[in-house]
Amino acid sequence: MLAAALVLALPACGEGFGGGPVPQQTGPAALRVLISSSGEAETRAVTAAAQQWAAAEGHTVTVIPAQDIAQQLGQALAGSDPPDVFYVDAARFADYAAVGALEPYAERLPAAGDFYPALRQAFTYQNRFYCAPKDFATLALQVNGRLWARAGLGAADVPRDWAGLRTAASRVKAVGIVPLVLDSSFDRVGAFMLQAGGWPVSDDGTRATADSPQNRQALEYVQGLLRDGLARYPQQVDTGWAGEAFGRGMTAMTIEGNWIRGALAADYPGLAYTVHELPAGPAGPGTLSFTTCWGISARSRFKAQAVGFVEAMTTADAQLAFARAYGVMPSLVSARQAYLREFPADEPFLAGADYARGPVNAPHMDRVMSDFDSQLARLAVADPAVMLRRLQRNITAALER
Amino acid sequence: MGRGGVRRPEAVAGWLFVAPMVAVLGVFLLLPIGMALWVSLTGWNGQGSPFQPGVPFVGARNYTQLFLQEGLTRDHFMISIRNNLYYVAAAVPAQTVLALGLALVVDRRWLRGRTFFRSAYYFPSVTSSVAISVVFLFLFANSGAVNALLAYLGIDGPQWFADPRGLIHLALGGLGLADPDAPPAALADHGLFGLSWWEWLAGPSVAMTTIIMLVVWTTAGTFMLIFLAALQDVPPQLREAALVDGANAWQRLRHVTLPMLRPALFLVVTLGLIGTWQVFDQIYVMSQGAPANTTLTPAYLSYRTAFGDFEYGTGAAISFVLFLIIVASTLLQRWLMRERDGSAPRRRWWQRMRRTS
Repeated sequence: MLAAALVLALPACGEGFGGGPVPQQTGPAALRVLISSSGEAETRAVTAAAQQWAAAEGHTVTVIPAQDIAQQLGQALAGSDPPDVFYVDAARFADYAAVGALEPYAERLPAAGDFYPALRQAFTYQNRFYCAPKDFATLALQVNGRLWARAGLGAADVPRDWAGLRTAASRVKAVGIVPLVLDSSFDRVGAFMLQAGGWPVSDDGTRATADSPQNRQALEYVQGLLRDGLARYPQQVDTGWAGEAFGRGMTAMTIEGNWIRGALAADYPGLAYTVHELPAGPAGPGTLSFTTCWGISARSRFKAQAVGFVEAMTTADAQLAFARAYGVMPSLVSARQAYLREFPADEPFLAGADYARGPVNAPHMDRVMSDFDSQLARLAVADPAVMLRRLQRNITAALER
Repeated sequence: MGRGGVRRPEAVAGWLFVAPMVAVLGVFLLLPIGMALWVSLTGWNGQGSPFQPGVPFVGARNYTQLFLQEGLTRDHFMISIRNNLYYVAAAVPAQTVLALGLALVVDRRWLRGRTFFRSAYYFPSVTSSVAISVVFLFLFANSGAVNALLAYLGIDGPQWFADPRGLIHLALGGLGLADPDAPPAALADHGLFGLSWWEWLAGPSVAMTTIIMLVVWTTAGTFMLIFLAALQDVPPQLREAALVDGANAWQRLRHVTLPMLRPALFLVVTLGLIGTWQVFDQIYVMSQGAPANTTLTPAYLSYRTAFGDFEYGTGAAISFVLFLIIVASTLLQRWLMRERDGSAPRRRWWQRMRRTS
């Protein structure tokens, strides 16, 4: 049955589709834009901006919020009828670029040099900068002011390095408070790898470098925190994610991204907390960036018009409007000062842009990293060397495909 | 052509009459299956047609990496096979017995409101499986109705959809036979197809158990209807004859009714086997394979591998292996339930063993 269903999609793609270039149409375009919205606010903001552009330029734009963008796009691409423009998450970017679904338009944008280097790297595949980063978020350290004071700690005690984090956490633990709640995924623990000077893949994304001494040092450090009760996973304190534990005042510190601001303001208004850059490791500071780009389909009939649309969506003004609507940071270096004037408290998040690293940028990494996540859930009792060997094996296999 | 010319017009007419059906079957069944078979032998990535030049032909590699090549593809495939094996082993007997029981009850002439019960039991089968899945999500939520009921009885209910622990592991741990955190080395250090014996013996996870309950509940109604139709075909004279012979209720069921139901039983078990091996929509709606891959099934894995990871060849290969598994299990079942020759007294193998020893 499923085999039949799988190929039923195929006859639909027979015609007009020999793999050659798609004939381009000039003039007024009907663009379809598939977005994976973070919520009602984002859908409204993007739709409004798109309609405004369409009206000014004489095109029509349909913004489609996706239920499950990976599967909707997969089906649309196999059916050879993809939307013209769609969100591409940095974690899946290489998958789309590797199969040739994306038009590498970003290197030709006038503002190409204005995007943060870390974000450009996140959307670069085989030395080509494919798509324009929409916006981004980074990880930072959140500190609960009330619990911090109860442990007798002051502003000067906010940890700046790994040793400082252990010291501060020990003092918080001494008064019976959970020092740090941390999500048990690579999306958090990966920052420690970066701070130790490691990363699962080489810079060009072609080799696995998971079982390095640096990565091992990072896992052993986090394992030490977990074993000594200085850090806990959200499940261990009966919460769904670290932000919930932090909001409920169950922990003095957590490590989350920009989204925690909106979540705390909505669910736990009145919580007094401060945001700081992540403590630096032996190899210096490091944080993870989370970003999405405006992908343009390689099979779109309106590529020129789609590039125009993306340019309009990524200007400093448009990005600042999106920032006000749903709390993301503009991807342009030139928008930095304007953003900080409006959101001075986000300085630690934005500072991370200088030393952040995106998700592992290589094809076929989705299930490799989710397998590593399930390993990380058992980090307190597992052997970091064994975990990293398994990760090394899986990444090597995925890169060879 | 040895056949005479007299019959030839009839043969032509015959082919003409069946031509529309042959065309429909060919275009919508044989052709897509052939195309899928081709895809399963290629490294097609979902861009453009799989038949254009440049699509890499990889031979049997998509199949060998499911069985022979160490890696995540094989790990996930074997986990999905294990999950589905337990799922079939639990769901098929449960739904068959439940359906037969319900059919026997609503077949009774003395039962008042029979029509009501027949409709009530059939109701879950006519409701959309997506809607029922969502209802079950609410029922089995951590603070849902099921856990509230268990709490009322003084039982601390599990986190149904977040609990990856296998039932056999739990039972072994509960009886003190093995420690799930430190499994016996004999089982943990050896295995088959990259999965240790300890992993193979996990049993359905708590999360999978809820999906089994849901499927048993929704399918029992349909199968009850099949059994009911067969029951009403059993000639009343047979039962009366058995009554005259002094057979009690159990003997009448075991030696008169059940043998008469054999064709219906075969149908129900066959449909059950096929349906449970193909389970997809409940998984898609309720768990997407989580927690810890314990609700991953080959049908869902095939879909995810193809449309999620753009590995259409591997996805198609998984669905062909699944097809072979279904054919094999149906043939096995057919052989087990075959009509034996009536001349010799039928004996079970264990009865034969006892006699020879």
